[in-house]
Amino acid sequence: MLIKKRTGIEIPSSQITPEHLYLSRRHFMKGAAAIAAGALLAACRPDPPTTLPPTVAASDETGAAPATAAAISVATDELGRAVNSFESITNYNNYYEFTVDKQRVAELAADFQTSPWRVVVTGMVDKPGIYEIDDLRRKFDQEERIYRLRCVEAWSMVIPWQGFPLAQLLQAAQPQSAAKYVRFQTLYDPEQMPGQKSSRYEWPYTEGLRLDEAMHPLTILATGLYGRDLLPQNGAPVRLVVPWKYGFKSIKSIVQIELTDVMPTSLWMAAAPHEYGFYANVNPEVDHPRWSQASERLIGVGRQETLMFNGYADQVAALYAGMDLRRNF
Amino acid sequence: MNTLLPKLDRHAQARLLRIATHAGALLPLALLFYDFWYYRLGADPVREAILRTGKPALILLLLSLTITPLMSLAGWKQLQPLRRPLGLYAFLYVCVHLAIFVGVDYELNLRLILDGLVNNPYVVVGFTAFLLLIPLAVTSTKASMRRLGKNWKRLHKLVYAVGVLAIWHFLWLAKDNGEALIYAGILAFLFLLRFQPIRQPLMRWRRALQNRRRRPAASKRAAIQPEAEL
Ligand code: HEM
Repeated sequence: MLIKKRTGIEIPSSQITPEHLYLSRRHFMKGAAAIAAGALLAACRPDPPTTLPPTVAASDETGAAPATAAAISVATDELGRAVNSFESITNYNNYYEFTVDKQRVAELAADFQTSPWRVVVTGMVDKPGIYEIDDLRRKFDQEERIYRLRCVEAWSMVIPWQGFPLAQLLQAAQPQSAAKYVRFQTLYDPEQMPGQKSSRYEWPYTEGLRLDEAMHPLTILATGLYGRDLLPQNGAPVRLVVPWKYGFKSIKSIVQIELTDVMPTSLWMAAAPHEYGFYANVNPEVDHPRWSQASERLIGVGRQETLMFNGYADQVAALYAGMDLRRNF
Repeated sequence: MNTLLPKLDRHAQARLLRIATHAGALLPLALLFYDFWYYRLGADPVREAILRTGKPALILLLLSLTITPLMSLAGWKQLQPLRRPLGLYAFLYVCVHLAIFVGVDYELNLRLILDGLVNNPYVVVGFTAFLLLIPLAVTSTKASMRRLGKNWKRLHKLVYAVGVLAIWHFLWLAKDNGEALIYAGILAFLFLLRFQPIRQPLMRWRRALQNRRRRPAASKRAAIQPEAEL
């Protein structure tokens, strides 16, 4: 069942106005650049292809609705940014278990087996459990969430997910009072995931959240996007989505969720501790050691200034009150 | 080289090499434009275009550096006229690379460009390489060569610094360092070839090899048929 429901995020108009001003200036600049680049030439360029990519065509044979804006209830996020095309979302992925080449993940992940699939909920909980993926889809109402995804590499997309709040699953498991963190793990299967044969990283992929971050209503487990089940390259069959953190926190193809009292060490913290911390909150003021985080390339649109907590500050800033975000990066 | 093109006289050979160089150097740009035109640059065309101009820039730069050792060590003097176009094409690709960065990626937004240039360490390194390339491109003419005399050679040794910066730039931004390390190895090798203690024995060895080949060859050539020499 798909309940179409907005996330209920309200943005004060004071926050919207500067964005508008900024946009109009940007459009002017863009216009100037376009003229400089030769508007005449551009006029001769053919229209963009309208044919759907093979992945879409294939699933259309199964009778699923086409993955266009018609499959979702709204076509923009609450800031007015248009959702990215299904083609972009499914052909530009960071998923090191398959390859570090974002444009080749889709092809290499095409045969990834996502059924049967089990998610183990374990650790400091009164009701540990093993959930079949269909149980997760059935037991928890699936909602539509249109979220910005900001990659730590300074690009971003707007993605229409379906999923359910992680809090619902955690509540069902009944965390014990000593539990402070949630640790997530991706499937470990080097036969299916060739990238896991590389000894450069400590597989399986591991991520963690503080319990209050995990319980936050914006934090979801996603099982689909654009009204369809997730494709392997997007983390099928179930993945985390934490929209105010850099994309790598939103771990894919989850097999284990463990409640614990020690701060989990993520794969990225282990691989490059000076570059990736536990929190990884989107923050335009704290640069990555090798690049600026002040702005980002919104795929299909253009350069945007990066927003504090990826534009979700009103909802999540309180989680970090009094913390030095430069040290807790 | 001679055996590859046995029938061509020196002028035809030179012209062929020159045409091949121009065509080869422009091909990546043509393919990039073609793929742009038909929307084949993937989900993030801006990044793709930046990558597909940076790579040819680096490769052309390294190719321009192979000419001198190939002339002096392998005796392929006919490559001499290719050195300048290879260097200038490298500069052209860097200019396009930078123009896409500034004009398309950063949409001429000066404040963000400044942040992009200053707070991206790998961009600082790349930009320094670009700045060092400017005097080299400007003084690449025969007239400059004559005017600067000995200093021309000294100035153009900067190209090794450009190479180091360009590879450093690549190493810093790449997820997988393997490819950049290969270029680093090539650059280090080319640099070593310029050192007298390494160059001298190589030159001596080449001369010895030539002499040994020339003596029996000379008598054979007289008996059979004349062959084009270097
Ligand atoms: C002029 C200043 C320069 C700027 C602003 C600049 C900027 C960039 C940027 C933004 C990227 C893409 C990073 C990414 O998205 O992963 C890149 C990649 C690259 N650049 Fe530059 N760069 C500059 C100079 C140079 C120079 C001088 C060279 C070589 C001669 C060079 C060679 C490369 C190479 C080889 C790549 C990677 C290509 C690949 O991964 O396939 N760049 N540069």
